[in-house]
Amino acid sequence: MSSISGIESVPSKPLVTASQLSVALPVLAVLLASAIFAAFVALYGQNPATVFGLIVQGGFGSSFAWQDTLSRAAPLVLVGLAVAIPAQAGLVIIGGEGALVLGGLAGAVVTLPFAGAHALPMQLLMLLAGGLIGGLWFGLAGVLRQFRGVNETISSLLLSYIGIAVFHHLTEGMLRDPASLDKPSTHPIDPSYMLPTLPGVGVHAGLAVSLLLAIAAHVVLRYTRWGFALRVVGGSARVARMIGLAVNRWIIGASVVAGGMAGIAGAIEVAAVQGTANSSLIVGYGYSGILVAFLARHQPLAIVAVALLIGGMQASASLLQRRLGLPDATMLVFQGLIFICVLVADAIAQQLRETTRR
Amino acid sequence: MDAASIGWLALPLAILGGAIRVSTPFIFVSIGELITEKSGRINLGLEGTLMLGAMAGYAISYLSGSPWLGVLSAGLAGMAFGLLHGLLCSVKRVNDTAIGISLIVLGTGLAFFLGKPLIEPKAPPLPSIALGFWSSVPQVRAALDVNALFFVGIALAFAVYVFLNRTGWGLMLRTVGDSEDAARALGFPVLRVRIVATMAGGFLAGIGGSFLSLSYPGSWSEGLSSGQGIMAVALVIFARWRSINALGASLLFGGAGALGPALQGVGVTGYYYLFNAAPYILTLAIMVASTSRAAPFADAPGELKLHR
Repeated sequence: MSSISGIESVPSKPLVTASQLSVALPVLAVLLASAIFAAFVALYGQNPATVFGLIVQGGFGSSFAWQDTLSRAAPLVLVGLAVAIPAQAGLVIIGGEGALVLGGLAGAVVTLPFAGAHALPMQLLMLLAGGLIGGLWFGLAGVLRQFRGVNETISSLLLSYIGIAVFHHLTEGMLRDPASLDKPSTHPIDPSYMLPTLPGVGVHAGLAVSLLLAIAAHVVLRYTRWGFALRVVGGSARVARMIGLAVNRWIIGASVVAGGMAGIAGAIEVAAVQGTANSSLIVGYGYSGILVAFLARHQPLAIVAVALLIGGMQASASLLQRRLGLPDATMLVFQGLIFICVLVADAIAQQLRETTRR
Repeated sequence: MDAASIGWLALPLAILGGAIRVSTPFIFVSIGELITEKSGRINLGLEGTLMLGAMAGYAISYLSGSPWLGVLSAGLAGMAFGLLHGLLCSVKRVNDTAIGISLIVLGTGLAFFLGKPLIEPKAPPLPSIALGFWSSVPQVRAALDVNALFFVGIALAFAVYVFLNRTGWGLMLRTVGDSEDAARALGFPVLRVRIVATMAGGFLAGIGGSFLSLSYPGSWSEGLSSGQGIMAVALVIFARWRSINALGASLLFGGAGALGPALQGVGVTGYYYLFNAAPYILTLAIMVASTSRAAPFADAPGELKLHR
C-alpha cells in the first residue's frame, strides 16, 4: 500500500499533532474558499461583508430561516448517507437523484387506493415504499458491479437518468392527475396522511426520521460487526473472502440500504412538502448529497452537521436574490469552492499523517 | 410537399438529421475525455466544463458578433477548467472522482451566475452547410443541414487516432497513462503530460458546449445540457479508449437521442420521455453486455483508477 518515494526528511518532533491538523485544515479550507468567494462577489460589485451577513441571516438568522434550513437539511442528510454508506465498502455510488425521485413517486402513489385509513400506518407505508424502490434502484448498480464488473459510479449515474425519465413518463402519463394542468403531478395524497409538523420546531417530521437514520447509521457503522465487515470488504475484497465474508452480499446489501435512504428522502419530500410527485422533486438533492457526504468524510454524524451548513447556504440564496439581485447560482459557486478547497485540504492532511506516522 | 408525401421515410430522415445534430457535442466531449483518460486520469467534471463552454461561447458570440470567436473562447474557458482539474489532481492523495464532481458544481454555478443576463439576448449562431441542396424535399434538406463543427469533430477523431498511434507525443501520452513507473524511467514529465492532457480534454469539452448554445438547441438556458458531459465517461468506456470508436459511439448515441423527438415529429408521443432515455439505456445495456467480471477494463490505460 505505502510508497516510500519522495520523503527526504522526517521531522523528529512535529509542531502540531495529526488530530489537530485534521480539524485545522478543513477550517482553513473553508476560510480560503470564503476568501475566494469574497473576491468573486467583490468583482461583481457587491460588498463581501454584506453578502456574508445575508448568508448567515438567510440561513440561520431567524426562526423562519432555521425552519427553511432544517427542512432542506432533512433530505440532504439522507442523500448524504446514500453516498456515505456504500463508501464504507469502497463504492462510489453517485446516482442518488434517480433513487430519490422514484422513491418519491412510490410514496406518492402507494396510499392512493386507501382512503380514510389511520394516518400513521399510511405514513410508514409511504416511507417504506420509497425506501424499497430506492433500494431496488441502487441494488441494481451493486448487482451489475458484482456480477458483470460494470463500474458502479457510471452505472448509478446512468440509472439516475433512466430513473428520472421513468418518473417523467409515469407522472405525465399513466399516473398523472388530469386536474394538474400546468405542472404534471400524480393525484394528491390524502391531506390527513401528510407528515405532521414537529411541535416546537415548526419543521416536518421527516427531519426526525432523517436524524434517527443518521444516528442508526453511526451506531451500526461504528459499533457493530456489520460496520466492521463493511470496512473490511471496502479495504480488500480478497481479505474479506479469506475471513469468510460473503462479499457480494455485503456490497449489494450496502447499495440497497443506501438507495433506501435516497428513496426515503424522496418519499419524505412528497409526504411532508409536495403532497404529490411532480417535477419539483428534481432539484438536485441527489447531487448535493455527494457534496455533503464527501465534506463529512462519510461519517454519519458529520453528515448531519454538513447538511445543516449546505441547507443553510441553499436557504440563503433567495435572500441574496431579493436583496442584492444575485442569481440563485451564487451559492452554487460558493459550494463548489468549498468542496474543492476541503478536498485538497483533506488530501494534504492525509499526506501529513502518513509522513508523521513513519 | 409535406411529411405525408414522403411517407415512412420521414422517420429515418428525422433520425438521421437528429443523430448528426445530437451527436456533435458527444463527439467533442468523448474525445476530450479520451485524451485525458489516455494520460491515466479521469475527469468526471466535464459536465461543468461543457456548461461553462456553452455560456462562454454564447456570451462572446453575442458580444463580438462572431460565433467562431465564441467557439474559441468556449474552448479556452474549458481549457482553463482543465488546467484547474489537472493542478488539483496533481496534489497527492486527492480524490479525483470527488474533484470532478466539485468541478461540475463550480462550473455549472459559474455558468449560471455569469449567464444570467444571457437568457434574453439572441447571439449569432454557427452557420451550417446545406448538403441537401440537391433535393426539393424539405425533410431531406432539414436532415442534411449540417453544422460545420460536425465535420471538425469527424476530422478530430481521425487526427487523435493518428496523434496517439503515430507520433512521439502520442506515445509519451500513452506511456504516462499505462505505467507511471515506465514513463518516469524514460524521463517523461508525468505530471505535465497529465495536466496538458486534461487541458486538451477541457478545450474540446468547452467546444462541445458551445455547439449546444450556438447551434443545437442554439440558445443559452440553464437546462441546456442533458448530461452530455457526464455521459462522456461512459462513452469512453464503451469506445474502449479508441478515438474512432468514440466517434461511432457518439453517432450511435446521437441516433438514440434523436429517436424521441423524431417519433414525436411523426405523431408518436406516448413514450417521449422513455425514448429520451434511450442513450442511457443503450449505454448501460452495452456495458453490461461487453464487460465481464474477470477482466472489466482490459483495454483501459493501466494507470486509470476506475476500480478502487
